[in-house]
Amino acid sequence: MDLSFNIQGGDFTSAGTASSQVRRTLKELGVDASVIKRVVVALYEAEVNIVAHAYKGEIVAQISPERVFLKLTDEGPGIPDIEKAMTPGYSTASQEVREMGFGAGMGLPNICKNADVFNLHSVPNKGTTVEITIQIS
Amino acid sequence: MTIHEIVSLVQGKILSGKIGKEEGVEYCFASDLMSDVLTVCRSDFMLITGLSNVQSIRTAEMSDLKYVLLVRGKTPPQEMVDLAEDSGIVLIVSPFSMFKASGILYGAGLKGVF
Repeated sequence: MDLSFNIQGGDFTSAGTASSQVRRTLKELGVDASVIKRVVVALYEAEVNIVAHAYKGEIVAQISPERVFLKLTDEGPGIPDIEKAMTPGYSTASQEVREMGFGAGMGLPNICKNADVFNLHSVPNKGTTVEITIQIS
Repeated sequence: MTIHEIVSLVQGKILSGKIGKEEGVEYCFASDLMSDVLTVCRSDFMLITGLSNVQSIRTAEMSDLKYVLLVRGKTPPQEMVDLAEDSGIVLIVSPFSMFKASGILYGAGLKGVF
């Protein structure tokens, strides 16, 4: 099953809508609760990253009986220093993002922690692609 | 501790969700930083937060939590209450500060998640 969502940068009211729909779908499919939590926590962090940092983006979720594959592609400033961005506590989030409860510098490390496979590719001034795979069985 | 006891201890008010008479929690986590909440692996705790917007409810939803205690006397926006209702999350408001609410609940027997 494939689900796809368009994400608008800066739209904090809708941030999490895609993650919520993926969560609902996984629940309906009877996926184990601990797996669902890992998927949606990773996805929600990545979705918030698009809203917080990019101009716009797209999320594609491919769900099979064996695994969930998530691909998030955005158009935005990109990440100039990925190693730094992966450091827990490091954040470039704006004051507005922090007021929404994010920007603690835990997003990317938390995605990495929950994913079985995590790939991050970024081109400065162009955009970022995040791929997350989580095994179901 | 039952939710009704918690509500009474923090002089709170339930704004959304349905709770059984004996329904309760054993653990709490207090934070205004949602990414920190999302690092907690377990799901059997109540979130105490001062973050009065939809993202605290979204975070509770993704973390598979059922109870959110909003502190510092904040009046949540209607969209936050509506989202909590839709998500089956019990939203409680308290006039106390996060420190005071946490201290009272800890003293009454609720435990920290770590």
